[in-house]
Amino acid sequence: MPNLTDHIVKSFDDQLKQLGTILVQMGTMVESQLQQAIEALISHNLKQAAQIVDQDHQIDVLDQNVSQLAVKILALRQPMAQDLREVVSSLKISSDLERMGDYAANVAKRIPALPEIITNKQIISGLSRMGKAVQQIVKNVLDSYINKNTDRALQAWRQDEEVDALYTSIFRELLTYMMEDIRTIGGCIHLLFIAKNIERIGDHATNIAETVYFMVHGSHIQGERPKSDHTISNAYSNPTTKEKLT
Amino acid sequence: MTNPKKHLKKRLSREKRFRFVTFLSLAIPITFLTFLVGHIFYQAWPAFFHHYIDLEINAADLQSSSFKESNPDYRLLTRQLLEKNLEITATPQQRRELPRMLSPHASDDLAITLEKLPSSPTTPYIVSLPTSAIIDQYMTTGDNSKLTANQQQWIAALETQEKINRAFDTSFWQSGDSREPEEAGIWGSIMGSFLTMIITLLLSLPFGTAAALYLEEFAKKNFLSRLIEININNLAAVPSIIFGLLGIVVFLGIFGLPRSSPLVGGMVLALMTLPVIIIAARASLRAIPNSIRQAALAVGASHAQVIWHHVFPLALPGILTGTILGMARALGETAPLMMIGMIAFIVDIPSGFTDPSTVLPAQIFMWSDLQETAFVEKTYAAILVLIVFLIMMNLLAIIIRQRVEKKW
Amino acid sequence: MSSTAKISVRQLQVYYGSKQALKNVSLEILPMQVTALIGPSGCGKSTFLRCLNRMNDVIESCRIHGEILLDGQNIYNSDIDVVTLRAKVGMVFQKPNPFPKSIYENVAYAPKLHGLANKRDDLDQIVMTSLEKAGLLAEVKDRLKDPALSLSGGQQQRLCIARAIAINPDVILMDEPCSALDPIATAKVEELIDELRVNFTIVIVTHSMQQAARVSQKTAFFHLGELIETGPTEDIFTKPQDQRTQGYITGRFG
Repeated sequence: MPNLTDHIVKSFDDQLKQLGTILVQMGTMVESQLQQAIEALISHNLKQAAQIVDQDHQIDVLDQNVSQLAVKILALRQPMAQDLREVVSSLKISSDLERMGDYAANVAKRIPALPEIITNKQIISGLSRMGKAVQQIVKNVLDSYINKNTDRALQAWRQDEEVDALYTSIFRELLTYMMEDIRTIGGCIHLLFIAKNIERIGDHATNIAETVYFMVHGSHIQGERPKSDHTISNAYSNPTTKEKLT
Repeated sequence: MTNPKKHLKKRLSREKRFRFVTFLSLAIPITFLTFLVGHIFYQAWPAFFHHYIDLEINAADLQSSSFKESNPDYRLLTRQLLEKNLEITATPQQRRELPRMLSPHASDDLAITLEKLPSSPTTPYIVSLPTSAIIDQYMTTGDNSKLTANQQQWIAALETQEKINRAFDTSFWQSGDSREPEEAGIWGSIMGSFLTMIITLLLSLPFGTAAALYLEEFAKKNFLSRLIEININNLAAVPSIIFGLLGIVVFLGIFGLPRSSPLVGGMVLALMTLPVIIIAARASLRAIPNSIRQAALAVGASHAQVIWHHVFPLALPGILTGTILGMARALGETAPLMMIGMIAFIVDIPSGFTDPSTVLPAQIFMWSDLQETAFVEKTYAAILVLIVFLIMMNLLAIIIRQRVEKKW
Repeated sequence: MSSTAKISVRQLQVYYGSKQALKNVSLEILPMQVTALIGPSGCGKSTFLRCLNRMNDVIESCRIHGEILLDGQNIYNSDIDVVTLRAKVGMVFQKPNPFPKSIYENVAYAPKLHGLANKRDDLDQIVMTSLEKAGLLAEVKDRLKDPALSLSGGQQQRLCIARAIAINPDVILMDEPCSALDPIATAKVEELIDELRVNFTIVIVTHSMQQAARVSQKTAFFHLGELIETGPTEDIFTKPQDQRTQGYITGRFG
């Protein structure tokens, strides 16, 4: 996307810039919340986990700021074309980011509930790998938003397949543990939810990637997103049903 | 750094002074104008009135030996009536003085009055006959230098009998020019002006409007049209006597039209008024907003329809105003008419466009040359009449502008 | 979009003297929809509009090359009568310009001119229907003899629309019809345009992009005498293809 010149009305530019700044700030916070949540999970650091849950509130406040500013721009500036897409996209991105923050906080919330035994298991390293992968996607998506670079967005959009694959393997692993030792079921379910939450963060990140693509080009990404989450289709043993619920 | 308060005071007083100067510039011409109009009124007033002597007639007077039905001598009858009413028998000397009491055309007036009466009136009848200029002068101003002792006596006698009195002078309005001041009237010149104006109007309004329409609506805007435009504007400023010269050469010389006639006068004045009307008509055509033209064109009106249905009716009040003002100017014009012989002593009242005639301002010009006090009064009276006509025409222009003009 | 064009403009070039006002403009105007022409001042959109009913004929220095086909017939052919053309292609102007006559006479003028009504009753009928279609009848039916200039600006503009539709044209051209009106009057005129679209092909020049977005189905963007971009209105206003269009509609034109 070649850069356009500035608006004739300077304050319009300022407001659009402000909107972008808040979104980047939100993105950075979400990224750090996710990273910290995974760290806390690995180290079973309850104090850090509590801190993460506390900080989620700040992301919610930023989301409200974005909504207010976007509505103000829509009402006062009547943006068109590129500008209109930017404002509408910012609303969608902000709500995606807010959900991502919620999921990160939810991961942190579950850490105290995990029994010590489980945390030592190999499963944690699998979760950590998945967390890293999602972090990478989030980072790519944010970069693509900041630079209006749709290549990065498409890259992130495709990376989610890897996360789905990791999630499938974690799902199977936890299933095995639970079958081996029914005492671990409680902890495993919490871990499963944590895995699901991280996977959802990845899904929202791909949503943002799609939004960035629309924002830049005015059209949607062509074709289906490659997916490797086979947990549902396996559960129902129906490989022809393309799952849409994830 | 000047003191701001002082500065303000200075500025305010400067503005006051400026206001005063502008006001003074208005006050001076208004004072002069008031004085002028007042003077004209004061001088003209006596001319509208005249003194009349009431004489009693009865059947016996008409059957007297000196008055023959077949060949009536009204001059003699007038004198006899004066003698009878003054109860004197005139000496030969007095017989010369007596008729000079009355206007030279008093006997004509008597004749006209008697012809209207039944052939032999049974009751005594009172007839009012106009006094002569010297008597009227004496009665109005008390100047007795031109009167004989007898005449003064007779007037005193008539005054005691209340047989001499002042009344509105109708002959001033009804007669043409004359060498005798008490007989001279302005009807001839009013008629002359009226006939001349009709010719001027009939020629200048249609031609002027049509020319303006062509220039505004049809002519291409190029060098030639600009040249014509400049020349028309200049023509409006050409000294009017030049148009008179044109009249002599073309209308009298080449076309051989009758001299001194309202026809030629009207044609000359039409030439003079034409540029004024063209300029006024163009201005009012141009004042019609283009949006009206476009509106009409856009619903499928042709160019001629746009002009006749919209542009011309809307411009008409403006054109008429311009025309009236141009006519008012023509009405007051003398110089070009001098060249074609309309400043002339013409007694007969013109009844057609080719009759020799004169016009109001020419009449004023001629009377102003004469020495008799009565003519001075008549000069002023004629000026007053002309001014009233001009004011009326201007008023008409204002009324048309206010009543008919539409806003958009 | 499958129907054939009402007006096809092909390679239109317009010169005012030596200045070229329109450069090679080709545009299809589809029937029974509103086509909006947008662009900065002096871009040639009004010139283009005025070519469609030959209002430019009045301007001496104006020269026109190219073709404008109305129902397949070139309106600049020598055998076309411009008066008949204008009866088919009506026009509404920027400033409301009713004739300084009564409301009734304003609407009745064009039908009388073209001999559409022989009897008084027929003429009354045409006037009433036109005022009705222009959404003005309810407001003026008790005062048809009143001067048109006693109406408000918005009413005057709707009267001008009634005057234009009184001769039942195929196409109505509107040159910034709302630029002299307040927002309420503007909304009424826009609503009217939307209703008229059922029966008439409308071409509207507007400076307000919001207005173009609200009333039109197709938008054409002009810049410096060129037709830069044309397409469905929603596409032009959400994802314009050309950089200049984008710059203009987002308010970035220098």
